[in-house]
Amino acid sequence: MKLNLDVNTLIDTLAERLRDDPIMGKAPCMVGIRTGGVWIAERLHAALGLEMPLGVLDISFYRDDFSRVGLNPTVRPSDIPWDVEGSRIILVDDVLYTGRTIRAALNELFDYGRPDEVLLTTLVERPGCRELPICAKYVGATVNCDQAVKLSGPEPLELNIVERKAEVA
Amino acid sequence: MALVERDIQLDEHKRLKHLLTLEGLKAHHLTEILDLAETFFDANGELRKVPLLRGKTIMNVFFEPSTRTRTTFEIAEKRLSADVVNLNIATSATKKGESLQDTLWNLQAMGADMFVIRHADSGAAHFFARQVAEGVHVLNAGDGRHAHPSQALLDMFTIRKHKGDIYDLKVAIVGDILHSRVARSQIQALSILGAREIRVIGPRTLMPSCPEALGVHVYHDMDAGLEDVDVVIMLRLQNERMSGARLPSEKEFFRLYGLTEQRLERAKPDAIVMHPGPINRGVEIDSAVADGPRSVILDQVTNGIAVRMAIMAVIFSNAARHPQEDAS
Amino acid sequence: MKLRIDNARLLDPARQSDRIGSLCVQGNRIVACGEAPDDFTPDEVIDADGLWLIPGLVDLQARLGEPGDRSAGTVASETRAAAAGGITTLCVPPDTVPVADNPAVPELIRRRARQAGNAFVLPIGALTQGLDGERLAPLNALKQAGCIAASQANRPIRNTQTLRNALEYAASHAMPLIFKPMDADLAADGVAHDGAVASRLGLPGIPTSAETAALAQLLVLMEETGARVHISGLTSRRAVEMIERARTRGVQVSCDVAVHHLHLSENDLMDFNPLFRVHPPLRTPDDQQALRQGLKFDLIDAITSDHTPLNADDKALPFPQAKPGISGVETLLNLTLRLVEDGTLTLLQALRKLTVAPAEILGIEAGTLAPGGRASFFLFDPDRHWTVTPETMLSAGRNTPFAGWEFEGQVVATWFQGKPVFNRLNG
Repeated sequence: MKLNLDVNTLIDTLAERLRDDPIMGKAPCMVGIRTGGVWIAERLHAALGLEMPLGVLDISFYRDDFSRVGLNPTVRPSDIPWDVEGSRIILVDDVLYTGRTIRAALNELFDYGRPDEVLLTTLVERPGCRELPICAKYVGATVNCDQAVKLSGPEPLELNIVERKAEVA
Repeated sequence: MALVERDIQLDEHKRLKHLLTLEGLKAHHLTEILDLAETFFDANGELRKVPLLRGKTIMNVFFEPSTRTRTTFEIAEKRLSADVVNLNIATSATKKGESLQDTLWNLQAMGADMFVIRHADSGAAHFFARQVAEGVHVLNAGDGRHAHPSQALLDMFTIRKHKGDIYDLKVAIVGDILHSRVARSQIQALSILGAREIRVIGPRTLMPSCPEALGVHVYHDMDAGLEDVDVVIMLRLQNERMSGARLPSEKEFFRLYGLTEQRLERAKPDAIVMHPGPINRGVEIDSAVADGPRSVILDQVTNGIAVRMAIMAVIFSNAARHPQEDAS
Repeated sequence: MKLRIDNARLLDPARQSDRIGSLCVQGNRIVACGEAPDDFTPDEVIDADGLWLIPGLVDLQARLGEPGDRSAGTVASETRAAAAGGITTLCVPPDTVPVADNPAVPELIRRRARQAGNAFVLPIGALTQGLDGERLAPLNALKQAGCIAASQANRPIRNTQTLRNALEYAASHAMPLIFKPMDADLAADGVAHDGAVASRLGLPGIPTSAETAALAQLLVLMEETGARVHISGLTSRRAVEMIERARTRGVQVSCDVAVHHLHLSENDLMDFNPLFRVHPPLRTPDDQQALRQGLKFDLIDAITSDHTPLNADDKALPFPQAKPGISGVETLLNLTLRLVEDGTLTLLQALRKLTVAPAEILGIEAGTLAPGGRASFFLFDPDRHWTVTPETMLSAGRNTPFAGWEFEGQVVATWFQGKPVFNRLNG
């Protein structure tokens, strides 16, 4: 079921707020989390006209539920085409839910090096379901915690309400 | 009776539980490992360390000395963040006193999640797989003349990297096929992945009695065997083959089967040369070829780590996955 | 003590006899088979309606684990298992620990057998000291101590001159010889038939020529020396053909096959199960077929269990290190009767190869229901269904590859020299 939210409008809002953030003056790099986060990041990266190429994180190897659900069969390598050490990073994901994906992404980033700053932005947030002390600086929209949402894309980008059992953490 | 009973290396969903041999596996079992191995390399072609197997204990139990293989396994395990225990057990120590079974059960009680085992007897990996508790995995790092699946998988990885696809390739394996667990596993891997032709080249004294059972074409003439092949795999010749009248001398072997630049002319112009190592220069391969542009021998070593990481990741992943999630 | 068993199907291959009737036993002798004499007044009568009555089986090759070095089984335990399998006479190969190369060993075995009283146990003496294949053992002394024959068990004689001398010496003292043809160098460290399966699994192979080369050598030496040799444990088509040819040339040679070679082949090794490790090795399905045909056309005289009870530890090893052998006395009869079920052998022919044929090879009076003979026989219920379960085996060695095999018909009671030694009639 399609959610009554226009993704492009949300991305525009996020881009606008990021443009006013002090991080923009410090030559930031951007990283999208596979898969949905990358789609959002690609748009944001273009809208903000960032100089450094977009980085891509596949957090499959860093998930904390490997010993329960095994490996994501579609795992692909992460690609961070610049030095993480000392960088300022805008981390982009589609949905912020339990916070576990962001925990995994931060761990992976830190395995590459020590960034000076990491800023989190997500398209949608489901507050009240957080299991880890993680919050995003900029959020496009907020939905009810009992409403599981999933981004489909890349063309067109759409937010859908998904069945409970197919929900991703 | 059935030729093969239920494969003990597969679980009830026919997914890898142990890796004992490639025989009986399907192409998807192999490509899953090969594909995953690629993801362990970052954009710069370097192997990353990932926290996938944090908290898992892997024991490298080597009943037969091998620094090289053990080291690549150890690096692979550490890159997966597993806890690694190395045990070199001289066979003589197990022959008297503690039985092999007791040794294994003791190690298992110490909390092993996986055993990487090398043993001088064909079938030893099957033996251990039958003895371990449910949930403990066995990875065969070479048993007698039987199998060395991780080596063969890394060779397939290397071939795929250089040749795109195994399918449609002509591959020649040269040397002591009879005593080679590497050759047996390579032949199985190549035939599972659909290689067009698998040739083995060597004298009959170094061939198994029924090569046709392996699905290979036998050549006793090196030049004819190399004609038009895409991949040449040279096997290491062990010194002890000179006794028992299997071969007259290393010199004669090199003259008949040694890989030289000139001989390599017979193969396709873009043919690659492989060797599981360590190489005997001037016995099975000429230095000019081993160090030449078509040799991918050193490449094999790095790939070995990634492929071994992938094997272990797949086995633990299969064990973790709940059966009902199979449908998706 | 007088016993009469009525209404049994009396199967006596020695006399080609298959009829319903009564068997009368007085003391340790059979006094009548067929019609019970009017003046026979039994103390006990058994109604064996629906049951078969068969002479006690004669097994040319059964290890009893005694004397032994931490081996499984004793003369008592294994003869009891044998009785449960209908066997009342068995020959023990000399590869005991210590080796049966001096009178003490066969004397010990016979004493233990008398104490157990389950079966007639015939030790086979070692042909060479310590079975080393080099120095002759005291064959005459062994014969005096009760050895029925001399053999090298599974250890071949490498030196052909020594072999020839051994044949000559045995012949001059009328000591029958039993040989398992196996060329030591061709067999070397092999553990499986050198064929397709060993090629695939990388198991060190024993080529068929290890058997045929040794057999050829034996046949030639037999012809030249006139020694009487029984060939034990044939495994290959080629060997059966060689026996056939030797016989047409007039060489007097008898031979047997181990029962597992009639049912198993190299294909059974595919998952390295050590229970399938035997020596000589399981060969191809074609060889298996040839052995069955060899029995059918009476080129092969007898079937043995090649019983080798082993400890669990001896099999709990990787295939090449596991000890070869099968605990076989309890399955010998049923596995043989399978060849009757599939039409290879007639019932009397099959029983003949387990009774009177091996008795004739040994030159002993056994394996018949003829009046005057020893009352060793058993009752068999052809309708009794059973499944091989290692846990319930009577042998101390549970090393059977036949676990889970289902059989129609089972031994229900066994008498040895007139004495009941086994009974599951009411169990």
